Amino acid sequence: MKKYNYFISALMVSALLLTSCGNQNGNGGSNSALASNNAEKVYVAPGEQDEFYAFMSGGYSGNITVYGLPSGRLFKEIPVFSQFPTSGYGYSEETKPMLNTSFGFVPWDDAHHPDISQTNGELDGRWIFINGNNTPRIARVSLSTFETEEIIELPNSAGNHSSSFITENTEYVVAGTRFSVPVPQRDMPINEYKGNFKGALSFISIAPDTGRLNLDFQMMMPGFNYDLSHPGRGKSHGWFFFTTYNTEEANSLMEVNSSQNDKDFIAAVNWKMIAEYVKNGGGTKMATEYAHNVYDEHTHSATSTMKKEVITVDPTKVPGAVFFLPTPKSPHGCDVDPSGQYIIGNGKLSADLTIHSFDKMIAAIEGKKFDGEAYGIPILKFEDVLAGTVKSGGLGPLHTEFDDKGNAYTTFFISSEVVKWKLGTWEVLDRQPTFYSVGHLMIPGGNSRKPFGKYVVAMNKITKDRYLPTGPEMEHSAQLYDISGDKMELIYDFPTHGEPHYAAGIPAELLAPKSKKIYRLDDNKHPFAVTSPDQAKVVREGKEVHVYMSTIRSHFTPDNIEGIKVGDKVYFHITNHEQDFDVPHGFAMIGQNTSELLIMPGQTKTSLWEPKKVGVWPFYCTDFCSALHQEMQGYVRVSPADSDVPLTYTLGE
Amino acid sequence: MKRASILMIIGPLFLLGLYFFPLWNIMLGAPQYPEPLGMDIYIDGIKGANEFDIQNIDGLNHYIGMRKLPKPEEMWEFGTFPIVIGIMVGLGVLIGILGFAGKISYIWFLGWFVLMSILGVMGMYDFNAWMVDYGTNLDPNAIMKLANPDGTPMSYKPPLFGHAKMLNFDVTSLPAAGAWAMFIGMCLTLAAFYIGWKKAPKSDTSLTKKYATQ
Repeated sequence: MKKYNYFISALMVSALLLTSCGNQNGNGGSNSALASNNAEKVYVAPGEQDEFYAFMSGGYSGNITVYGLPSGRLFKEIPVFSQFPTSGYGYSEETKPMLNTSFGFVPWDDAHHPDISQTNGELDGRWIFINGNNTPRIARVSLSTFETEEIIELPNSAGNHSSSFITENTEYVVAGTRFSVPVPQRDMPINEYKGNFKGALSFISIAPDTGRLNLDFQMMMPGFNYDLSHPGRGKSHGWFFFTTYNTEEANSLMEVNSSQNDKDFIAAVNWKMIAEYVKNGGGTKMATEYAHNVYDEHTHSATSTMKKEVITVDPTKVPGAVFFLPTPKSPHGCDVDPSGQYIIGNGKLSADLTIHSFDKMIAAIEGKKFDGEAYGIPILKFEDVLAGTVKSGGLGPLHTEFDDKGNAYTTFFISSEVVKWKLGTWEVLDRQPTFYSVGHLMIPGGNSRKPFGKYVVAMNKITKDRYLPTGPEMEHSAQLYDISGDKMELIYDFPTHGEPHYAAGIPAELLAPKSKKIYRLDDNKHPFAVTSPDQAKVVREGKEVHVYMSTIRSHFTPDNIEGIKVGDKVYFHITNHEQDFDVPHGFAMIGQNTSELLIMPGQTKTSLWEPKKVGVWPFYCTDFCSALHQEMQGYVRVSPADSDVPLTYTLGE
Repeated sequence: MKRASILMIIGPLFLLGLYFFPLWNIMLGAPQYPEPLGMDIYIDGIKGANEFDIQNIDGLNHYIGMRKLPKPEEMWEFGTFPIVIGIMVGLGVLIGILGFAGKISYIWFLGWFVLMSILGVMGMYDFNAWMVDYGTNLDPNAIMKLANPDGTPMSYKPPLFGHAKMLNFDVTSLPAAGAWAMFIGMCLTLAAFYIGWKKAPKSDTSLTKKYATQ
């Protein structure tokens, strides 16, 4: 009955909003004045540049898309977990190892939550991290090359969803499991889930200079669903908070069976304590298997290493490190305000937001005010840790971000709106509709100690009539709101690629100056690179043929190759000799069972071709590189397997 | 005369700037080069305004059949100019010192200035001749062979001074810091001469007499 009331009030609120919108037409044309003002706010004139970068996860595209704010212009798609024929990522010999896992080559993933590296809780723009939800992985992307540099697989995890969030000095990137599983995996009846499955929370350390990832330890938590997480910051630095649902530990018809408990938990984890415990030899070494893939900017190549061991930590063995904070109705978003005082759990089946107080939590722990335990983990009393409740009037709260003026902004999926409220007083200050069914929202720096509270982007799950129809499948819609004033103003609406779950924004001035323009040819350490055209050659090793090829506007060296035979494996190792910004060359061979390559200045990439037919077969540059681009082509003569045509390679003869 | 001589000692020293700063700068901007390519011409060689500009200018020039920009060892000028400048600095300072010591008259100051001016004009003439050759002596197998409206083959000589439109490029050629240092230095020597002349008594004999009586 209570729920029903909220629904009615939500309806009434939207009705009010609709009427007030309609009334504005009568207010002496203020509507059009407002509209033109908003147009100016998002208009980035030709030749001008945006104020912020927005990195949006691609969801099922597996990648990250880079947009400008406020214009909403798409700048780039960065391939992370998915093969990407545009650049040859995951197709080239150098990048295939990036997608290696303990399950073999997995050419796709579901990318969810990007997070930018921080120093002292402020965005530093060195790297962006993102999680693969399906085959649990964490990736690190360089923000000077905008290329994926590292992917680490997570064993014992499944549905890598409460990831990839970083601690305030980029000590750890943290990844929690959404689907608890048997650990170690074994053949057992599904309905024996309860009490037997585990939820692993992985803490991956980050080397401060190189960014290199290392799976430091995994906490083996009770078999709940660890949904989202955020680190403590400022006073709560050293803690990490995870929302949970399915504390019922149901294993079927979850939408009903895991929605029965009135309260689930936010798990508060003192990671500093556990890291110390592990450092001092605590934890259990467990045999397992997971891939660690690293791309080197200088060799332009990735290597994949299979790791065999992980340290697991039983949380009950580290007293004082883990506590449960009861939080109503299957909380989804788990967000921490810039001061680190408030931990916000959004019960997605509720109308209210629950805000826990870090200070109260510490007091309750010190006073040992426990309300029982779950699998040996103390449960704090809800009333003892509660800081306040936001009575929002909306339905289905999901995620919260923060501005730099003490306000919070929460999305409501069911009532399709963003609600602005005040930290500390919990009063609702404003609400704006979204179109439609908003998931995450993003304020640049809005999950750090220093938000840049000028815009909020709402990322919606449903598009319907927002754009020209494109058949049954449409891109998702995003709305941009100006939040610099007291009231939020909807100023723009733009489609986004894939399904952006979360996004991370950063002022352009922090990134643009250090964006790389070229790779230095004299820094190229690729074993098959040719640093001057006279080193170009073709070498046969049995059935393998290695073509050491260079490109510069507008020819390949060599461009005529003879002596290739049916059944050979021909590796084209192509080095782009340009040292000029934005002059890539491409490479594609007729009938090749892989994608083209796009090779950046100073870079070497390798394409495999297994010729199946006798003949003379052309290859060409796929990037319109110059006025003579159309002439940038060559031929390979393929002879029968038993022929004795000598191996030759020429240019301009 | 002492003040004039000090100026005459300082003036030529400004030419030392030519060893550190470019004499001339040519910038090439185009729609697809919003950050223009550029070359800085030093007395001992040509360098890119940015690290890879020379390679990129050569890369573009190959379409129209221009030769690659010369390396220092490919032009005698880049070996000779530093020596000539060195000699002129030494000579100028020496004249200044001798003037200070009262051994020679201010007329020598003008002499140095005139000699330096002649060398400068010769240098400019030589530079221009190289640019004419570089811009017109093209590869007969060039990828793009363009003609002027009157049918004559298009040449690509950059302007010696100022701006010119060449195909899609806006080319601006201007003296750079080294030339300005040289200009200031030469002005100082001219000023040295002027002051020397103004302060001098009516005739050289009276000047000698004055010093002799001191």
